[in-house]
Amino acid sequence: MAASSTTVSSAGPSRPAPNFLERLRGGDEAAYVITFIAAASILLVTGLLVYELFINSADARAKFGWAFLFTQTWDPVNDQFGALPFIYGTLVTSFLALLMGIPLGVGAAIFLAELAPPKISDALTFLIELLAAVPSVIYGLLGIFVLVPILRVIEPSLRAVLGWTPFFSGPFYGVSLFSAGVVLAVMIIPFIISISREVILSVPGDQREAALALGATRWETTWDVVVPYAKKGIMGSIFLALARALGETMAVTMVVGNDPKIKASLFAPGYSIAAVIANEFTEATGKLYTSALIELGLVLFALTIVINGVARLLVMGADKYKT
Amino acid sequence: MKRFVLQVALLAALTTGVASAQQILINAAGATFPYPMYSKWFDEYHKKFSNLQFNYQSIGSGGGIKQVTEGTVEFGASDGPMNDKQLAEFHDKHGFGILHFPTVMGADVPVYNVAGVNSDLNFTPEALAGIFLGKITKWNDPELMKANPGVKLPAADIIVVHRSDGSGTTYIWTDYLAKVSPEWEMKVGRGTSVNWPVGLGGKGNEGVSGQVQQTPNSIGYVELIYAVQNKMKTGKVKNAAGNWVQASLAGVTAAAASSKEMPDDFRVSITNAPGKDAYPISSFTWLLIPEKIADPTKKKAIKDFLTWMLADGQNMTEPLAYARLPKAVVAKEMKAIAKVQ
Repeated sequence: MAASSTTVSSAGPSRPAPNFLERLRGGDEAAYVITFIAAASILLVTGLLVYELFINSADARAKFGWAFLFTQTWDPVNDQFGALPFIYGTLVTSFLALLMGIPLGVGAAIFLAELAPPKISDALTFLIELLAAVPSVIYGLLGIFVLVPILRVIEPSLRAVLGWTPFFSGPFYGVSLFSAGVVLAVMIIPFIISISREVILSVPGDQREAALALGATRWETTWDVVVPYAKKGIMGSIFLALARALGETMAVTMVVGNDPKIKASLFAPGYSIAAVIANEFTEATGKLYTSALIELGLVLFALTIVINGVARLLVMGADKYKT
Repeated sequence: MKRFVLQVALLAALTTGVASAQQILINAAGATFPYPMYSKWFDEYHKKFSNLQFNYQSIGSGGGIKQVTEGTVEFGASDGPMNDKQLAEFHDKHGFGILHFPTVMGADVPVYNVAGVNSDLNFTPEALAGIFLGKITKWNDPELMKANPGVKLPAADIIVVHRSDGSGTTYIWTDYLAKVSPEWEMKVGRGTSVNWPVGLGGKGNEGVSGQVQQTPNSIGYVELIYAVQNKMKTGKVKNAAGNWVQASLAGVTAAAASSKEMPDDFRVSITNAPGKDAYPISSFTWLLIPEKIADPTKKKAIKDFLTWMLADGQNMTEPLAYARLPKAVVAKEMKAIAKVQ
C-alpha cells in the first residue's frame, strides 16, 4: 500500500501548489489511490487464482502434458485423465444457450425499451430482473421436473423435422446436452434483456428524432439507428451471459446426463467442466486425481479467456467492415 | 436448512461457551452418508455432557481423509477404508498411525422402472454386472428372464443410471461388482468415481432416483436408507449363499456378522458376504481416529464418546435406517479403543 501511494504521487500531475496534503484534501490523490487499489486488488485476485490453479495442477500437467486437452478417457480408478469430453460439453451447451438466448434476449430488450408502453415495460423488466436472482439449483430442478418432461413431448416432432442431421439422432433419455442448453438459455436471457434494455434506453433521443425526421418508420429507427448505436453494450451483455453459461455448475449437472463421452447428437448425454469439478472434487482421493480436477479448472479459466477474446475480435472485425 | 439451524445453534453454543474454560470443541470432518447418524449422536452426547461439543463437517470421505491427514481436524470419517498408500502418508506425516472404527452400516439397493412390471425383480450378480458393463442391454435378456420366471419383461433397451458425484455409495456398488465379476474388476475397478462403461449420471441419491422414476426401462442404485425413507421399490439380489435377499437392516447386520474373520484394523469389505441371510451389497462406515491425541482432555472425550457410541449409540441406529454393528464387532472395537494413546 505504501509502495503504491509513492508511485502515485510521483506520477501525479504537477500543479503550482504541489503540497501532497493539500492535494489529498482536494480528493484527486485519494480517489486515485483508492480506485487504483480497487483495480489492483481485482488483478491480484485473478493472478492468485491462476497461480494457485497452476501450482496445484502440477502433477497432472507433468503426467499428461498437452495430451490432457485432447484425450477422452476419464478414469479415476486407473488414474487416466483427459479433458476433451468436458471441454466439448461446456462449449456445446454454452453455444446452444447463446443460439437460443441471443435472439430471444435481444428481441425482448428491443421490445421493452423501444416498443412497449412504459407501464408494461417497467413491470416486465422488474419480473425479468427477479429471474436473474433465482439460484441456479432452482433452474436445475425446474429443468428436471418441468423442462425434461416437456422435451420428451417435443422430441418426436423435433426428430421428425431435424432427425436427418446427426445432431438430433440416437435415443433421447431426457437429460442431454440439448436439455442443458435450453436450461442455460433460460438462465442467461435475463442478463441479456436487463443489460441490453438499459443500453438501448440510454441511446440519446436525438438519434431517434433525427432518424424519424428523415422519414424512417419506428421500426427502421429502432433497427437501423438505435440498435447499432447500442451494439457495444448489447455485445457486453452477451459476453456476460456467455461467461455465466460457461461457468454454470448446478443447473447443468442436473440435466446434462453427466456422461463424459463425445457424441455428435445433442440428444446424447454429455458433461461440462464445471459440473465434473463440483461432482467429483469432494470425494477425490489421490494426488493425481485432485490435480487433474484442478487442471480442469485452469482449462475452464483459459477457455473463458480465449472465447471472450475471439468474440471481441469478431466484433471488432465486423465493425471495421461496416465503416 | 437443518444444517443452517445446526450451525446457528453451534455458533450460539460457542459464543456462550467462551466464558467457561471447561468448554471442549472437537472438530471432525468426512463422510456424508452417516451424517444424520453422527449428528444425532453428537447432539445426544452433547446433551449428556454440555461442555463437550462436536463440530462435524460432512464434506465427503475424500475430504475427511485429507483433513485428518493434514491435522486440521481431530478425527475423520470415511465410507471406504483408507488404502495402504494413504495410511503410509499419514504415518510419514505424523510418526504414528491412524485407527479405523466401524460405526454403522449401510447398503446399496438396485432401483428400477420397467414398463409393465409391478412385481419385485430378482437380480443375479451376473445380471447386475452385465447390465452395468453394458453387456446385457435388453430387459428380456435370458439372464434376467431366468431369474424372474413368470414376469413379463419387455424387449426394451436398459437405461443405466449411476451416481455422477463421487460417493461412498458408488464405492460399495463398484466394490460389489468387482467381487462378483472379474471382468468388472479388470475393466472398471472400484472407487468413489469410476469410468462407467454405460449410463447416465445423476447427482446424489435424489438425482439417481429421480432419473430412474422419470425414465422408462431404467435401472440405478441408491443407498438403502434413501430407498426406505422414500418407500421405493427395490430389487432382490442373489447372495453368495444362493438366496434371494431383499435389502433390510437385518440383512446388512447379518452380512457383517457372517463376514470372514474381522482384521485387527477393521479395514474390511463386507460386500458379497457368505451368510445365508446376508444382504450382499453392504458396507461399514468408519471413524478415522489418530493413534496419538496430544491434548489429554480431547483424548479422553473422544475415547469416552467411542465407548458410548458402541453401547448406547447403537440403540439409536434403527430409527434412522442405519444397520447396527454385530455384537462381535462391538466387542472387538471396545478393546481397540485402548490403542488410542
